[in-house]
Amino acid sequence: MLEDKDRIFTNLYGFQPWGLEAARKRGDWADTKELMAGGPDAIIDVMKASGLRGRGGAGFPTGMKWSFMPKEPKPGRPSYLVINADESEPGSCKDREIIRHDPHKLIEGALIAGFAMRASAAYIYVRGEYVREAETLFAAVAEAYAAGLVGRNACGTGYDFDVFVHRGAGAYICGEETAMLESLEGKKGQPRLKPPFPAGAGLYGNPTTVNNVESIAVAPTILRRGAAWFAAIGRPKNEGTKLFQISGHVNKPCVVEDAMSVPFRELIDTHCGGIRGGWDNLLAVIPGGSSVPLVPAHQIIDCPMDFDALKDLKSGLGTAAIIVMDKSTDVVRAIARLSYFYKHESCGQCTPCREGTGWMWRVMERLVTGEAEYHEIDLLLEVTTEIEGHTICALGDAAAWPIQGLIRHFRPEVEARIAKRKGFVQVPAMLQAAE
Amino acid sequence: MTTATYSPTTTARREASRPREFSDFAWTAANAEQVTVILARYPETRRHSAIMPLLWLAQEQMGATTGSSWLPVPVIEYVAGQIGMPYMRAYEVATFYTMYNLKPIGRYLVQVCGTTPCMLRGSDDLLKACKDKGLVKGGTTDDKLFTLSEVECLGACANAPMVQINADNYEDLDYTSMTALLDALARGETPKTGSAIGRQASCPEGGPTSLLETAGA
Repeated sequence: MLEDKDRIFTNLYGFQPWGLEAARKRGDWADTKELMAGGPDAIIDVMKASGLRGRGGAGFPTGMKWSFMPKEPKPGRPSYLVINADESEPGSCKDREIIRHDPHKLIEGALIAGFAMRASAAYIYVRGEYVREAETLFAAVAEAYAAGLVGRNACGTGYDFDVFVHRGAGAYICGEETAMLESLEGKKGQPRLKPPFPAGAGLYGNPTTVNNVESIAVAPTILRRGAAWFAAIGRPKNEGTKLFQISGHVNKPCVVEDAMSVPFRELIDTHCGGIRGGWDNLLAVIPGGSSVPLVPAHQIIDCPMDFDALKDLKSGLGTAAIIVMDKSTDVVRAIARLSYFYKHESCGQCTPCREGTGWMWRVMERLVTGEAEYHEIDLLLEVTTEIEGHTICALGDAAAWPIQGLIRHFRPEVEARIAKRKGFVQVPAMLQAAE
Repeated sequence: MTTATYSPTTTARREASRPREFSDFAWTAANAEQVTVILARYPETRRHSAIMPLLWLAQEQMGATTGSSWLPVPVIEYVAGQIGMPYMRAYEVATFYTMYNLKPIGRYLVQVCGTTPCMLRGSDDLLKACKDKGLVKGGTTDDKLFTLSEVECLGACANAPMVQINADNYEDLDYTSMTALLDALARGETPKTGSAIGRQASCPEGGPTSLLETAGA
């Protein structure tokens, strides 16, 4: 278990005020000028050495991402940092805690990251539903400006850097990086084709890097304590600490910072008071937010919670939003509800996703009640593969994977419902994972 | 100011949402100042970027002045005109994002999160509590007090099930506390926001398992 001295987000629960004075006591903004003194490349080298992988879901190395930005911005083509706080993935609720309880970590991180990638300004895109959280962030940014920490000659370094907050208005798709840029430009949030990648042509056609809130907010602490400290936590290639968000059927759902690669059982027992009804009552877990396939109980119990271990289980760490389901769960309905979510949130740009998410949801609803034919299970599976990989952004994939996971692990349950509906067999309550 | 044009085939909904009385919409003095602040966030040549915050501001102003936070067509026209955006581009934005209300709503917009993490913790009970109080999904009560909608994940999953009513979250609810919440609002009270069971934010129930030194300090 991670010790308190190694935790980055020391005000995660808001026991202390979020304001600048309290943030300084927690160590934020302490020596920002010295951290920046070595120049942009030195910062990027530390980030690379720390092994930090992007915390927004894809797990792309953060230092490397920063290094893609132009070393010398051309006149009239400023570089931008866009911080993705459009946290809408079902299960995810970590950025909210950072924004409302530790906003100065984020703003300091924005300055340092922006300096490292030679950006002139950062836009923090906060999801529209986080009304109170955005109010806190606006106020924190105003505090930082008033104290000369950002703006002209930020922190006395001679570097000019602006931080702006932009609020969304309720669209999951704006969490996709190019959709976010479209939205920032005042358009519908529909993802762009890549290439060109944002590092070449992003916001207003200028070089842009989009990073998750957590990736940015941990940067100042990594620089202060050194890459070696961060890299010593977790397994190789999965280094560092992580905010885990545990929801669903645990005794005490919570958000908590722990080491990467912490085993699932240890995480739940230490912070969540165990599974509701005991470990034998665990049915399945969605380990990384709604977009990743579920994993049945016996596979996940002793699995280290990190990018690579969960990938080996054909799932993913995603945002580390862990949705726990016990044996009382109607697992087919739980996934059908996610299908409805993707139907609702599809931006409508690509036909496979726009039409497919609705089609898949309608079939899923029938599978919930068993009002279907056996062959439709395979048909559904085939359609998911036709959507996956055939759309501009990953929403199509994200809509397909939960269904694939359900059929991979719970096909007998789905078939049993059809059989029961047809009245062919008396089915005992068999809600267990296929081996 | 840009003038809007309408296709004759799609007038029915438009006309319904175009009451004459809002055609004289203008910013209040405080909001006019706020508009300047918002526009300053974006490069001068990129004023269209401000459409989302400006539409939101307009919707808030509608709520403050008429008691119903929504965006009639003349208001969208006014906002679009201010930043030199064609009306249809602004209308696209207003229809794309779910938080812009294109129909009048009640004083309290009750948004029950129904996505899987909340569903697992009992959001069905919250919807039932709303139903038993006479709220209908997608509808407004006759007294114009409540509009109910089932929304997708609101990002408070560790505090599920939850509702957002106007700008505030009410978390860790169940049938009883949801009913009490609606009753309190109907009586004109201001209920306590956040966790209904006394949790500190997303800290585990009963006290933190980490950050023990700083907690409560």
